[in-house]
Amino acid sequence: MGSLPAVRTRGIRKSFGDVVALDGVDLDIPPGQIHGLVGPNGAGKTTLLGLVLGLAIPDSGTLEIFGSPVSRALALPDGVAGFVDGPGLYPSLTARGNLAALARLRGTSGAGISEALEQVGLSDVADDRVRGFSLGMRQRLGLAAALLTRPKLLVLDEPANGLDPAGTRHVHRVLTRLAAGGTSILLSSHRMDDLASLCHEVTILATGRVVFSGPMSKLAPETDELDYRLRTSDLEAARRVAAEVAGLRMLPRDELLAHDAETLLVRAAIPTLDDLVARLVHAGVAVRELAPVIAPLEAAFLSLTGTEDTE
Amino acid sequence: MTALLDAPPAPAAVPPAPIVNGYRFEMVKLLAQWRVRIVLLACWLGPALVVAVMSNQNSLPSDTVFGRWMGQTGWAGSLVVLSFSCSWALPLLTSLVAGDIFASEDRIGTWRHLLVTVRSPRRIFAAKALSSLTVIVMLAVGLAVSSIVGGLVAVGGQSLVGLDGQALSPAHAAASVLLAWLAALAPTLAFAAIGLLGSVALGRSPMGLLVPAVLAILLQLAQLLPLPVAVRVSLPSWAFIAWRGLFTQPHQLGPLVLGIVISLVWASVATMLAYLMFLRRDFTDPAYDGAGRRIAMRAVVPLVALLAVTIGVVAGTTSASGSGIDRTKLQTSLATAFGHLYRMQTHELHRPDVTEQHLRTSASCDKGGSLVADTGAGNDWRCVVTWHIPGVGAIGTAIYQLDVTPDGRYVADGDGPQEVNGFFQVRTSNGDAPNPLWQFDGSVNLLSSTR
Repeated sequence: MGSLPAVRTRGIRKSFGDVVALDGVDLDIPPGQIHGLVGPNGAGKTTLLGLVLGLAIPDSGTLEIFGSPVSRALALPDGVAGFVDGPGLYPSLTARGNLAALARLRGTSGAGISEALEQVGLSDVADDRVRGFSLGMRQRLGLAAALLTRPKLLVLDEPANGLDPAGTRHVHRVLTRLAAGGTSILLSSHRMDDLASLCHEVTILATGRVVFSGPMSKLAPETDELDYRLRTSDLEAARRVAAEVAGLRMLPRDELLAHDAETLLVRAAIPTLDDLVARLVHAGVAVRELAPVIAPLEAAFLSLTGTEDTE
Repeated sequence: MTALLDAPPAPAAVPPAPIVNGYRFEMVKLLAQWRVRIVLLACWLGPALVVAVMSNQNSLPSDTVFGRWMGQTGWAGSLVVLSFSCSWALPLLTSLVAGDIFASEDRIGTWRHLLVTVRSPRRIFAAKALSSLTVIVMLAVGLAVSSIVGGLVAVGGQSLVGLDGQALSPAHAAASVLLAWLAALAPTLAFAAIGLLGSVALGRSPMGLLVPAVLAILLQLAQLLPLPVAVRVSLPSWAFIAWRGLFTQPHQLGPLVLGIVISLVWASVATMLAYLMFLRRDFTDPAYDGAGRRIAMRAVVPLVALLAVTIGVVAGTTSASGSGIDRTKLQTSLATAFGHLYRMQTHELHRPDVTEQHLRTSASCDKGGSLVADTGAGNDWRCVVTWHIPGVGAIGTAIYQLDVTPDGRYVADGDGPQEVNGFFQVRTSNGDAPNPLWQFDGSVNLLSSTR
């Protein structure tokens, strides 16, 4: 099983009436990898996650989970867990009660409940009713419910929704350790920075079709030009140095930099940036910040999906 | 702490969660709801308190069948609660439990989670149906036990006067009361199944919750209308009324058995429709908000067809016709009740005992004068009861105004002579009480034939 992909789809198509949600989707998720799924609203992300969770079957095409073809709804091999459209939790039960009820439903002992709650940082509120939980706490409890099953494939729809930065880091650590332990993770998110820092590979969907699928590094080839913010110890000296670098363009300040008089906006490929940094250092100008205005994944998302608003 | 993050063993095909686990899960969820807990508490405590308080009031709920006997025996209190429950409480309770059992998952967005965990919509349906049934039975049993205990503690377990005026021994009364509650479970099941159907069909819409209650109101309105008897007894709520037949001699078992069978058929058909509708549902559609127009084809039309078939079968297999209420039935029922109650009055007035055979009671009834046919419900029935006065050889007469309702119940109101059926107090084993011949309830068998 070790070499079998956790998820393998070929030509998956799924429609709801006249609406084509997925149109010929091919997807491969190797074991032990975190795979991100991005796309504009209505791109088919939740539909695809629902198929992988076994909530429905494709109209056409093939879906294999750990090498087993999924030919009817809910007929999945063991080890698949997760949620779409938010975790399913019962507000009248406590956090521990929710997990205990689920464990009983599955016929397991529920021995790892305290451990799962500790993993997601909810030990302190384990005996509080879920009714009073914030969205972020519910997301973490949903993750705890999935952890309880010791999943081999974890499917998460927007797991970072409602999480504060500390909560996000907490969840990222859990997911990274799961992946290191051999669990494959398929997650969707609108937060490009999260996906960029977490995922081995991403798939970008637009109107039900895959417009990109592969490692993050392939999203922004070194020769592609991107816009960067450059903050230095001497703005005028930096401007002079930058003007001498071949292949680099200084851009007019836009509204994003209207309140930042110390920053230059430049467009260049990575080798050109390397040259710029070397020249600045040689000229005795300290580089305090050099960062893309838009993250590569987000730039690719906007470019490939043809959207200006990621919502 | 890291055990949960270790690589799990190779996955294998996993069977659906057992129904027993699903049932327990649903019970935990239901009993964790404050609404259900409060209703359970109310059903197990409320009737006892109400019966205990009402039984000791001077003014008894005589408009409810058996209400006028609440001060005389504890069994009457339970039957008053049963009457009220059949009209309101049981349909409302099925609304709260069965009407919400599927819709609650839509409301809190847990369907997908539940499906992924259980992996069998069939088992989810079975677990939900069984758990809601369990809670509904717990509520109904609570109403029965609480009302019986309240009545027995507050008043005692004396004999109960039936709807034919005959005093039922405490043991007979106890058995009849328990059977009456048991009979009421059948239509309760029908309403519960309608609740399941509404809950499945209407998704998160609050209308799903109201379906059994709305249906109960419609059926109650229907029972007030002058419907043909074949239609009346074919309604799924008929057994909520027909249990009264257990309190006459001979028992009116025909209408009761028919009502129970019809209720159980409705329960089965509605549950099956809900099951089929549930299995056909697409859970990948997050915007699901009920089956919309398909409800008409998949739920309403089959149930209307069931009602039509039932009416046809009842009309074709019973001898009943018209309203089921005619002069002969009323005369027989009134004379029988008067004879039994006359004996009771004789005993309470400490006169020598007589038997019904000696009294040879008969009645002559007329509805609304000579211009009105002597059939059907109405408060314009006027009856003259005659009997042989014991030890004298003369014939006594007494006049009653009868208010007959379309379901076959009537209230006989004494209209003289004052010393026979006027209002005066008599001494009973449980204190003073109104003259039993002054006002009393009776019931006619709508399905019996007088031809």
